[in-house]
Amino acid sequence: QLSLFRLTAKRPFSTSHSSVDSEEIKKFQLLAHKWWDEEGEYSALHSMNDIRVPFIRDILLSMSHNYNLGNPLSGVKILDIGCGGGLLSEPLARLGASVTGIDPLEDNIRTADRHKSFDPVLAKRIQYKSSSLEGIVEESMETFDVIVASEVVEHVADLETFIKCCSQVLKPEGSLFITTINKTQLSYVLGIVVAEKIMGIVPEGTHEWEKFVPPEELEHLLESNGFSVKTVKGMLYNPLWGSWSWMESTSLNYAVHAVKCGAQGHSGSTDAPSETDFQQRSATAGTAG
Amino acid sequence: SSAAMAASRGRALLPPLAPLWARPRPGPRAPLRAAATAPAQPLYDVVVSGGGMVGSAMAAALGHDIHFHDKKIALLEAGPRKEYDHMPDSYSNRVSSISPGSATLLSSFGAWDHVCSLRLKPFRRMQVWDACSEAMIIFEKNDLDDMGYIVENDVIMSALTKQLDAVADRVEVFYRSRAVGYTWPLPSHSCDTSPWVQIELADGRRLQTKLLIGADGHNSVVRKKAEIKNIEHQYDQSAVVATLHLSEATDNNVAWQRFLPTGPIALLPLSDTASSLVWSTSHEHASELLAMDEESFVDSINSAFWSNINHSDFIDTAGAMFRSAISLLKPSGTAVRQLPPSVAKVDPESRAMFPLGMGHATEYVQHRVALIGDAAHRVHPLAGQGVNLGFGDIACLTHHLSAAAFNGSDLGSLKHLLKFETERQRHNVSLIAATDLLKRLYSTRLAPLVLLRTWGLQATNALPPVKVRI
Repeated sequence: QLSLFRLTAKRPFSTSHSSVDSEEIKKFQLLAHKWWDEEGEYSALHSMNDIRVPFIRDILLSMSHNYNLGNPLSGVKILDIGCGGGLLSEPLARLGASVTGIDPLEDNIRTADRHKSFDPVLAKRIQYKSSSLEGIVEESMETFDVIVASEVVEHVADLETFIKCCSQVLKPEGSLFITTINKTQLSYVLGIVVAEKIMGIVPEGTHEWEKFVPPEELEHLLESNGFSVKTVKGMLYNPLWGSWSWMESTSLNYAVHAVKCGAQGHSGSTDAPSETDFQQRSATAGTAG
Repeated sequence: SSAAMAASRGRALLPPLAPLWARPRPGPRAPLRAAATAPAQPLYDVVVSGGGMVGSAMAAALGHDIHFHDKKIALLEAGPRKEYDHMPDSYSNRVSSISPGSATLLSSFGAWDHVCSLRLKPFRRMQVWDACSEAMIIFEKNDLDDMGYIVENDVIMSALTKQLDAVADRVEVFYRSRAVGYTWPLPSHSCDTSPWVQIELADGRRLQTKLLIGADGHNSVVRKKAEIKNIEHQYDQSAVVATLHLSEATDNNVAWQRFLPTGPIALLPLSDTASSLVWSTSHEHASELLAMDEESFVDSINSAFWSNINHSDFIDTAGAMFRSAISLLKPSGTAVRQLPPSVAKVDPESRAMFPLGMGHATEYVQHRVALIGDAAHRVHPLAGQGVNLGFGDIACLTHHLSAAAFNGSDLGSLKHLLKFETERQRHNVSLIAATDLLKRLYSTRLAPLVLLRTWGLQATNALPPVKVRI
């Protein structure tokens, strides 16, 4: 259980070959089955769908010309990085999107494939692949309309490389959605001590506080790699009700929406972002260019 | 709210997701599958079992919902398809009192227009009074809106069938299809078995669905197979229905109900010259009423509405005293009593009877299952609420399913189904309990109880806030 996430954190994104031994495989197998237990270890991720799916859906709807409420994401190609068991891929596919879900762990992909197989609509709309992000860059240059990296960047070894790869596989003016955890004293106390050690909301050892990413740092990396940050919003988990909500402060969890600058835009620009406050900026109807 | 729900079941306050665990798993389990091969049986997003007014309206409401545009819905009805192209001149003896809220639901998917173009009778006023005293209560809206509408059930079904036809690309109606078996899935985390509800029809066909809605009446098979406990009680009463013709044409926009010791008798307006009878009485009396000749039948009805045989001097005096007391405090608190119309004749062949009972399911939902209408709750007709409760269920469930669909959620997930259950149980339980209590209170001649209800009725009549709530 411990090793599952440590392995993800330490391994560079260059290989999809698994070097785990059979003992580790057994542990992963145990956890791999837990993805779809709505009341199990991943219950907080299940309930996160209640805010992250509308967040993605509404921003994409507001940016699109085809306002089709019956099939809001139809025609949209989405890459779900670190898809795990497919908890986020499935709702996005139900809303009409074509989703490619990647995860470095084969057992997660197996669970995800198995779960979607019972629904012919999902089976058609979602493709899962056991791979790192770097592993698919070459064959997927500027392929995707949207990238979703939810609860992933806090496990990544090299965040700048990760963002560069995202930019490569994203179409110009495509959207990048990230949810992650801030690096603050509060997030250490609540996110690690309380969530992992005391309340068991998150399996122990899942997160390393050192790897948490402050929103300023994330924004800076995004803006200096060809992205324009449109929205930053704080998220709060209420363990009593098992539900998520939005909040002003980004001191714990937060979500980011960024747009890859257009072809004639300022990619690679080193302009400092004009505002680094944490207040929500409403998505504009279309990006410049 | 989930904590409140858990507490209301007499259990200790559990962590929020515990109520999901606390539900017992029902019936036969899904069969094990070796591999996740494509399922041979057709898979629907929603299957509604039961094609009566409530089941058909549920399917139509979902079919017309914008977030269900690419979903597959099926409606299972055991009977044959009825053609309603032509409304017969005579009125059907099965009618319902439709509240304005229900009319709003029906118009949300275009069915109310059809009802209006066929036939219906709005009423402005309800007069309810006691056989054992002069006590009376009048319900009336101060604005010029209608209080409700009396509509034949066939008219409603005709409108619903038309609106189902309009979305035939999304809603498949299976006539002459009775479900005989259901197989329930385990909770989703087990990967080896089918996660869907399996339905077996009488002719051997099989369907799968992500959500099964039971709208199959008070003897619901869905409820029984899901092993949901039902609190039920057969009343010692049957309802006699008939179509009546009045002695003289009148505005006829008042619904009348008089509480006799044997049960309430109600006259619901159909037109200026016709009204529908709903007379709840003992089984023996009901059989007598059906057996007697038409003249005697009409005499019984008129006598029931006009006779003061059950009054006693004591009660009349006590009631009169109370009334004067009220008129001192609140001069407008006693209203003008209108006289009900007298009946001239009954439509031949229109007399029928059916037994009455009360029922309430302890749970309205389970994983991938929801109950609506009489399958969830059965009530005495004295309150004229029956089908309105079902339409209220539909409005609530459609709202939650629509939001879930727009979130890309799994439609059978308990998370939103529980929200529906909590909202509706909160609304329904008090109404059903009150109706049951009223029925029992009015089934007696005992002076103290008559006095109690007399004063209670008079007081309620004088108090606007209470009347508005009702």
